[in-house]
Amino acid sequence: MAEHSYTSRQELDQYGFHPAVTLLAPLAFLLLQAMLPKVFPVLAVLDLPLVVTIFFALARRNPISGAVTGTLIGLLQDGLTNHPFGVFGIAKAIVGYCAASIGFVVDVENVSIRVALTFGFSLLQSLLLYMVHHLLLGDGTYAAQLLHELLRAAVNSIVAVPVFFVLDRFKTRGD
Amino acid sequence: MDSFFTRFKNPLVLIAIVLMQVIVLAMQLPARTAGFDSHDGHNVTMLRRWTVSLVIPVAGVAHSTSLHVSNVWHDYIDLRHVREDNARLRQDVARLREEQAAFAEDAAQGRRLQQLLAFKQQYISSTVAAQVIGTSGSDRSRMLYLDKGLADGLKPEQPVITPDGVVGKLRDVFPHNAQVLLINDVTSGAGVILEGSRIRGILRGTPDGQVQINNLTADSRIRPGDTVVTSGGDMVYPRGLPVGQVVSIKSDPQHQPYTAITIKTAANLSRLEEVLVITGTQSTLPTALQQDAEAAAATAEANQRAADVIAERLPGLHQDAPQEGANGNDSAAAVDNAPPPKPTPARHMDRYSPGATPPADALQPGVPVTPTAPAQSADPKTDVAEPHP
Repeated sequence: MAEHSYTSRQELDQYGFHPAVTLLAPLAFLLLQAMLPKVFPVLAVLDLPLVVTIFFALARRNPISGAVTGTLIGLLQDGLTNHPFGVFGIAKAIVGYCAASIGFVVDVENVSIRVALTFGFSLLQSLLLYMVHHLLLGDGTYAAQLLHELLRAAVNSIVAVPVFFVLDRFKTRGD
Repeated sequence: MDSFFTRFKNPLVLIAIVLMQVIVLAMQLPARTAGFDSHDGHNVTMLRRWTVSLVIPVAGVAHSTSLHVSNVWHDYIDLRHVREDNARLRQDVARLREEQAAFAEDAAQGRRLQQLLAFKQQYISSTVAAQVIGTSGSDRSRMLYLDKGLADGLKPEQPVITPDGVVGKLRDVFPHNAQVLLINDVTSGAGVILEGSRIRGILRGTPDGQVQINNLTADSRIRPGDTVVTSGGDMVYPRGLPVGQVVSIKSDPQHQPYTAITIKTAANLSRLEEVLVITGTQSTLPTALQQDAEAAAATAEANQRAADVIAERLPGLHQDAPQEGANGNDSAAAVDNAPPPKPTPARHMDRYSPGATPPADALQPGVPVTPTAPAQSADPKTDVAEPHP
């Protein structure tokens, strides 16, 4: 009788997703991100694609997969803005890589840790966007609004809890 | 023993991904870029078109569905206060027509003066109404998506307005959708003029979504509450469109000696549902406006004639003032001390004439009241009380 045996802790804690979920979930959240600020303008501070990037990176725990997922989601998000392509792509690629890498060190199933990680990665993305605009694009008008970015990180962390709960339903064991 | 690439596979892949995106970024910016005002990604329309084609049609479907549901609710189910609103709107329309008639003469004079100066005013000749179906999703990029595109006659750089005021201009236009760059985006700009002082400035968006004029030095003529309109100098927005009102004037430490004049936009940029895209302008008054102006002028003329006729028929205020005084001073004092004159009695009495109704104790229930002529003197002038010596 064949048995599935896990040869490493990495394989034990890695999750996969159905291809449809991998494709449709980021698109759905990108669509929500485009439509919600129209109805509730204050929700423009939210970044649902970032939350989805962090979730997939934490679940898969594969740095390359996390970077590629972040890149694709970021490029799609760039397409809806008037930024050049690559602004959100670079930021989310690095966030996805770091989130997948940190998954080996901490227990990412814990709600408090998920909230803290989302808060930290949101601030990391804000820093990366600031660096891209100032160092790569030479955009001096891009202001560093610390309070606004802290608020954004807090909102993302709070929204991440139900989003992670919903997406947890679609996890499958192993790749 | 693992090779270098095997040991550091993950970081190397990340570096390769980031490097590739940096190269894509560099390809999108022109070499002579100075600042962030230049085209940003306009050459990469294929990628942007794919992204927009993937996301925005779904947003359009969701928007139209919600619109249908909302229309059914508001048009058939939720009809509270419709009658009161209707009556109030009718009153508003009547009042506005009167105001329009009053302004008709001033507007006609303004046009005559413009013709004398050979001034080329651009009037809006055609517009396309469009629904807002989505946003950019980022508070760093103030953009909207419309449900109309090239197929509906839209083109890049066309101005977008609402009845309240200016909204922005079209940026990228796709076959069935279009992007609107709002005036409060950092990359947006518009030529404006302060209506009261006629000072010209350039309007720009700020990172926190406000709108400012930051190329003017301190001037005592600029005050909070001043109305700001488009100047027409940017060749994008027609002249005279409302932009907003000055809210505050502060010195800008980052751009000395200029001031930061913050504007509150006339249009609510965060709650836009439907907008108008100006697809055509002309230097002569459009037909509809001409007809409105003629109707307003006719109404104003009719009102003036009616006012003249009423003025002729009404008696003058000092018609009965005493003119044959032995001493002018005495007659003036007599006029000052005289009580107000009583009205002349009516020629044909009816029940509404003063004093025609009998006293209450003479009335009987069920018996009709016959008007009785009050006791009066033959000469109405004797009703005026004699002045006290």
